[in-house]
Amino acid sequence: MLEVKDLRVSVEDKEILKGLNLTINPGEVHAIMGPNGAGKSTLSAVIAGRDGYEVTAGSITFEGENVLEMEIEERARAGMLLGFQYPVEIPGVKNVYLLKAALNAKRKHLGLPEIEAPEFMKLVREKLQFMKMDNSFLHRSVNEGFSGGEKKRNEILQMLTLEPKLALLDEIDSGLDIDALKVVSEGVNSLRDAGRSIVMVTHYQRLLDYIVPDHIHVLSDGKIIKSGDKSLALELEKRGYDWVIEEAAQ
Amino acid sequence: MSLSEYTDQWLSAVMPQVSEGPGWLTDLRQGAVEQFATQGLPHARLENWKYTDVKALAKRDFSLPKKVDAAELVAEKSLGVQGLRLVFVDGLFSPELSDLGDLPKGVNVLPLADNANAAKTVLGQVAAANFSGFTALNLASWQDGVLIDLANNAVLEQPVYLQFVSTAQENAVLIQPRILIKAGVHAQATVIEHYSGAEEAASFSNVVTEVDLADGARITHYKLQQESAKQYHVASLHVQQQRDSRFTSHNICLGGKLARQDIQVELNAEGAEVYLDGLYLGNGRQHLDNHTLVNHNAPHTNSNEDYKGILNDRSRGVFNGRAVVHRNAQKIEAHQSNANLLLSDKAEIDTKPELEIYADDVKCSHGSTTGQLDESALFALRSRGIDEAMARGLLTLAFANEVIDRIEIPEVHDQIEEAVAGRLPEKFNLKGLV
Repeated sequence: MLEVKDLRVSVEDKEILKGLNLTINPGEVHAIMGPNGAGKSTLSAVIAGRDGYEVTAGSITFEGENVLEMEIEERARAGMLLGFQYPVEIPGVKNVYLLKAALNAKRKHLGLPEIEAPEFMKLVREKLQFMKMDNSFLHRSVNEGFSGGEKKRNEILQMLTLEPKLALLDEIDSGLDIDALKVVSEGVNSLRDAGRSIVMVTHYQRLLDYIVPDHIHVLSDGKIIKSGDKSLALELEKRGYDWVIEEAAQ
Repeated sequence: MSLSEYTDQWLSAVMPQVSEGPGWLTDLRQGAVEQFATQGLPHARLENWKYTDVKALAKRDFSLPKKVDAAELVAEKSLGVQGLRLVFVDGLFSPELSDLGDLPKGVNVLPLADNANAAKTVLGQVAAANFSGFTALNLASWQDGVLIDLANNAVLEQPVYLQFVSTAQENAVLIQPRILIKAGVHAQATVIEHYSGAEEAASFSNVVTEVDLADGARITHYKLQQESAKQYHVASLHVQQQRDSRFTSHNICLGGKLARQDIQVELNAEGAEVYLDGLYLGNGRQHLDNHTLVNHNAPHTNSNEDYKGILNDRSRGVFNGRAVVHRNAQKIEAHQSNANLLLSDKAEIDTKPELEIYADDVKCSHGSTTGQLDESALFALRSRGIDEAMARGLLTLAFANEVIDRIEIPEVHDQIEEAVAGRLPEKFNLKGLV
């Protein structure tokens, strides 16, 4: 589904990703872990198309299409959605407008007519309930005045409504207390499906207790230096990253 | 011809109206005729009219309105506000389209042409005849309007909806409403002035509104201007406030070829406070000018002003917000903000927030910004699959919503939001969304 090959990315002339390879197949859940400054957030930002990242070599393809040539909104419509580490507050844009505009953009891409208002409201209310969010959220401005936990739940609400093929979750667990983490994890787990892939970038083993990945990768100094199954996370929790880095250096 | 040479032309057009009314009124009108003859229409050398040239307006011929039937147009343009409704077609009160309902004790709502005597002690008490040539012209020759008189402690729960509709006439008409609101001690009311017109209407509305608030009175005033693209609109709102009174103004300016709104507020006693909210949205070659003046004449008075402008195509906006803190008006607070979004390279804004302070223990702030949309918000929306044009539309509407969301009447809020969404550049196309 997603194929990243020998990806090199610079930010303001400083190379952050230095030849990164990653293959995600349909239905798989991957976790990317690593020390601070390893390039974890750069990877998700480049896939989503954020400005300020210069790809100097390599490729990213999604279902065979060259992602780097797609506009930001085309990537989302093709089925790639990024859940932000720091969701942006958008004063004055009501959640209901964002969800409806985004859903209709996706439907248009699929050749479907715009969703009817009652059907839309039914769908969104269902998703809100699942995320334990009040209906009043719909008429509040996107993330404005939301607590950290509410912002992350709102990201997952968007995922549940838009049903991407590939969900990229950038430190979706950061700043969450245990109750919010459970709600967010339940939301992500409900997205698990044979046709859908999930990539989580995280700092903490704790998230992986709730969303159990199929594959774990260690990203260090711009490259994936070790991959394994979920048992790797436990080892990282116990022994830290240094041994992996040393092992890779040999 | 220079501007002053048009004065006689204007005077002869309005003369039949000057003799309308009881003796005391025709005397007052005659005085205003002399004032107008001296003052003439404002010219661009006056500091307050520097950016708004009324020469094109001055040159036009206008005739006085006649009664016409416009039930359909009135229904089409109505905001459907629940409550009292007074309809004015080309400035003339239309009793058959109005609904004065049952008024609570102590409340009088009177169409002005037929009840001029009731306004004898109110008319011209707040708005000075010489405020501008337009104000003098209105006093000399207003045709109709309303007196809303609230006795002490009278509370009007439902809003008073004043609907002004202009029809398309072969000869463009001069519409001059006079609106008088007098609120007694602790009286409360909400008044909506709504102006709209047929697509081909080419009239000139010259409006004067006077509001007098006694101790503890609360008035919320909506001015919704949605006139046609060929209409001229000049209006001034004059407010005088006594102790602990509160006046709130929502001034939404969407229509007109040239529209000028003045707001003048006198905070005359301790505890008086005023909120001035404004939104202007220009398309095509619209020229939209808002001038506000707040005089802090007493200590412990507060003013808060938030005006937002969106200018597209070749439209031009003017904002001048002035707060004057007079000597001995200590412990006052005055806050002003004006933010503008320019959606095209050819759109223009001239903005000037001004503070004049003659007291030394005050809390004041003012600021003006002109900018583009927030890039990180734009990315966040696009990353959900929303195309760039629509994302820009959503953010532009969001900017306007910071003002619109303070509108407390649901029907008005929703229709103004929809009207703004519908007036955004075509490519944004938010019509089906809101």
